Amino acid sequence: MLKTFTRGGVHPPQNKITSDCRIEDLPLPVNVAIPVAMHLGVPSKPVVDKGAEIKVGQLIAKGDGFVSANIHSPFSGKVVKIDKSIDISGYKRDAVFITVEGDNWLDTIDRSPVLKREFNHSPEELIKIMGDAGIVGMGGATFPSHVKLTVPKGKTVNTLVINGAECEPYLTSDHVLMLEKGEEILTGAAILMKALRVEKAVVGIENNKTDAIKHLQSLLTNFKGISIQPLKAKYPQGGEKQLIKAILKREVPSGGLPADVGAVVFNVGTAFAVYEAVQKNKPLIDRVVTVTGKSLKKPSNFRVRIGTPVSNILEAAGGLPEDTGKIVSGGPMMGKAVADTSVPVVKGSSGILVITQKEARRRKIEPCIRCGKCASVCPLGLEPYLLMPLAQKSIYDRLEKERVMDCMECGSCTYTCPSARPLLDFIRLGKSEVGKIIRSRKK
Amino acid sequence: MNPTVIYTIISLSGLGIFSAIILYFVAQKFKIIEDPRIDQVQDALPQANCGGCGYAGCRNFAEALVKAENFDDLFCPVGGNATMGSVAAILGKNAVEQEPRVAVLRCNGSCDVRPSINFYDGTSSCAVAASLYGGATGCQYGCLGFGDCVAVCKFDALAMDPISGLPVVNDVNCTACGACVKACPKNLFELRKRAKKDRKIYVACMNEDKGGIAKKSCAVACIGCTKCFQVCPYEAITMANNLAFIDSDKCRLCRKCVPVCPTNSILEIGFPPRKENEEVTGEVAGQQNNQTNKEV
Amino acid sequence: MANLITVSPSPHIHSGLSVNKLMFGVIIALVPAFIVSVLLYGVGAIVVTLISVASCVLFEFLIQKFILKTEVRITDGSAMVTGVLLAFNLPSNLPWWIIIIGAMVSIGIAKMTFGGLGNNPFNPALVGRVFLLISFPAQMTTFPVPSGISTPYISQVDGFTGPTPLAMLKEGIKQGVPVADLMKDAPSHMDLFLGNMGGSMGEIAGAALLLGLIFMLIRKIITWHIPVSIILTIVLFTGLLYLINPEKNADPLFHLLTGGILLGAIFMATDYVTSPMAPAGMIIFGVGIGLLIIIIRVYGAYPEGVSFAILIMNGFVPLINRYIKPKRFGEEIKNG
Repeated sequence: MLKTFTRGGVHPPQNKITSDCRIEDLPLPVNVAIPVAMHLGVPSKPVVDKGAEIKVGQLIAKGDGFVSANIHSPFSGKVVKIDKSIDISGYKRDAVFITVEGDNWLDTIDRSPVLKREFNHSPEELIKIMGDAGIVGMGGATFPSHVKLTVPKGKTVNTLVINGAECEPYLTSDHVLMLEKGEEILTGAAILMKALRVEKAVVGIENNKTDAIKHLQSLLTNFKGISIQPLKAKYPQGGEKQLIKAILKREVPSGGLPADVGAVVFNVGTAFAVYEAVQKNKPLIDRVVTVTGKSLKKPSNFRVRIGTPVSNILEAAGGLPEDTGKIVSGGPMMGKAVADTSVPVVKGSSGILVITQKEARRRKIEPCIRCGKCASVCPLGLEPYLLMPLAQKSIYDRLEKERVMDCMECGSCTYTCPSARPLLDFIRLGKSEVGKIIRSRKK
Repeated sequence: MNPTVIYTIISLSGLGIFSAIILYFVAQKFKIIEDPRIDQVQDALPQANCGGCGYAGCRNFAEALVKAENFDDLFCPVGGNATMGSVAAILGKNAVEQEPRVAVLRCNGSCDVRPSINFYDGTSSCAVAASLYGGATGCQYGCLGFGDCVAVCKFDALAMDPISGLPVVNDVNCTACGACVKACPKNLFELRKRAKKDRKIYVACMNEDKGGIAKKSCAVACIGCTKCFQVCPYEAITMANNLAFIDSDKCRLCRKCVPVCPTNSILEIGFPPRKENEEVTGEVAGQQNNQTNKEV
Repeated sequence: MANLITVSPSPHIHSGLSVNKLMFGVIIALVPAFIVSVLLYGVGAIVVTLISVASCVLFEFLIQKFILKTEVRITDGSAMVTGVLLAFNLPSNLPWWIIIIGAMVSIGIAKMTFGGLGNNPFNPALVGRVFLLISFPAQMTTFPVPSGISTPYISQVDGFTGPTPLAMLKEGIKQGVPVADLMKDAPSHMDLFLGNMGGSMGEIAGAALLLGLIFMLIRKIITWHIPVSIILTIVLFTGLLYLINPEKNADPLFHLLTGGILLGAIFMATDYVTSPMAPAGMIIFGVGIGLLIIIIRVYGAYPEGVSFAILIMNGFVPLINRYIKPKRFGEEIKNG
């Protein structure tokens, strides 16, 4: 039976043109800059010096503080310098520059493709392995996983939710990963269940991926406590609040965490990375990236080492088309436009989307006609037509009362607005200012 | 007379008198006794309600002034020393004299010297663009040109120059209230000490990239070469993060640093033109060097 | 510029919805009612509609270009919709100069003075109609008897005009005639449904208007909340009155099909700018309108109350928007 979330949501054209493309490997780049800020929280501190010889999987930056993550080298070669480099944020930030030489991995990493299903670590050991391996949320939020697994005192968790929804148009990296590495993902889910001490896990998959649903369902006999829940294809089904509402019918409270309703959500890519970390001793150094777009010669799904420049991936997909207007890291609804193709792929880069010049420009802004469509599509029940002028006029106390901090920046409002008003631009501004005010109040 | 009219007159008048009596007693009961000096101080303030003092409007500042022990942290930039003097006289306290200041834009990267490397299609707001990325040019520290500062200035002291793409400060109108300083997401405005004839010497750049990279993005960027630092006789110049900074409190406007800058990043405003045999290096761009400041 | 990469904040795709598409959708939904008007009232219907639309668009153009000196936006279709809706509130034999005055009030006073599209608190077409009703009561309340498509556009000749069923009802009740007798002279329910009665152009064709409603619901131009809550409230309220005193009150179906209830509920009250934003607010809005319509019809001096009811509730919309919010996701955590 198909489940879905009840409030809001939109149906952008899915354009999953790469859903039949098998995962391919990319040739290694020559020079890379690995950013030290690839995750939510404090940027990591480099632990290698200029001139150091490093192997694949070696620790190159250590997490700084509780909410931070380790970073391991995806390449073998020599460290050239620690300097600033432009990254996905649009600004120059610290990075470890490496000249790639060969492909020598650390001996401790098990590179064999043999499936390993058994594990007998304790929950604490599992969390420590994941923290050491630098695992962060691969759905795009990049929240350090070992922090998410440390449930705050006073909250109990009884269900693990695995996010296989992939609601963004064009993206298929989770889809093909489920098709090709289904057992590994389910093993990763079992590991996460042990780490969280829960008996029940549900994998939510949108029903535009019927082959993945069938495939994973066929594997369930080997896994106790895990079930598959098909979901109606609607954006943003992959948002964790919407996922929990659809699968478990529980609403995460405003300002709260999924743990407040007894659930924890992890992306299928993260579950796979967890499997590799625990069973193969492999830290997070690569991920599946969908490179797609109607004008690309060879849209594909690639397994990409973290730190590979976007230009390399575009080359492998047939080169950047002549009429390219925009290059987006992520999906078309929440992805970030890239100004410079030398930026590296990071832990949260799920896809590279090329948009043609015709489709890249925004329409002219018209006055708000008070149609209320933005409010009717908002999955969190907010009122974007009100939040935008409040943010423009900097009325922050009213913004906070109208729950602007609940906004997940999904973009459904701006997608729908008949007057093409830049609702999300201003709501984001309002959120950041109100966030500053709230943080300064807590001090 | 029609009885209806008489009844109407009586009932309405009665209602009016009754309400007046109630209102009188309520007004008496809820009367707020305020220090009458607050009104006096408020009248002495400029009534701009700009928030430059750090308080929510002139009345709020007047209340703070009356309550305060001394004026160490209290200053009205719009009214300046004259206003603080009058307030001090009313309250019988000592006024703190401050040097008058003016807002200065520390960026000279106009459209002709700082080429665009991408096209920004988002909302025309500096705050939105700055939260998205470093900007449409190679310099992520420079002015974005959408005029958040112009929109926030209450004294008509800022206007966008359509040719250079940079905001221009009107020295006469600027009261150094600090609104533009808060509004600019790149922190390009600085409140510098006013000199005689509104002369200024300052490094019109905030770029912290290494010299080669900075120069590639903008022809008049500061490349951190330290030539100005070496030549300053008053130790007014400091170097940090590949960027020079001239302290307006220490600078004596001797002009020795301006001609040695290889990229013409240091601007001198309000001075007479130099004699022919003095060095003037490089090209001038954006805000014209060696010109008296015109009225905007 | 063509060769530089474009950078902008997310989202990077758009649904393609535009003000234009929504407004023209409303106009298409009005076409069945327009056809019925032409079939019954002939040339007059076409002339009144054309004059109304043309003057609304012209006034909007003149005001935007020469008085406000802002961007001219007549292509967004909103002035056209106001023109058509204003025409539907007028008798098909109204003199042309009165129509132009109505357009001037609708666009100039009710819309442009508040800041143009999106800023007016009151429905422009209704403001225009009410202004004309109060200023030219005679011309606005004499309706031609429907005589087929070949009826020429003649203004206000006696013998060619007749009262609306509601006006007849009001007069009759005032004189103490039992309602059942009045109903014998009134058009049958089927006649009312298909438009065979006297009235303004939009009042007459219940069936055609309902077709328009279904079209707009399918195209997601409006939601069901406002029309359904208005109609249900009217049916319940008049049903109650009819049960209590069938001598003095007409049955609910008669009320529903006469006057501008269907036009008002489907096209006027659902105007985006002047209606509430949240579904719960829309229902309160609809209930208020329904109650006011019947109160004015039964206890007020006018036989018809739709315009006034909607305008009064338009005034309450900012209050409704302020306090009736959409259902938020997740309850708020109370800080300990």
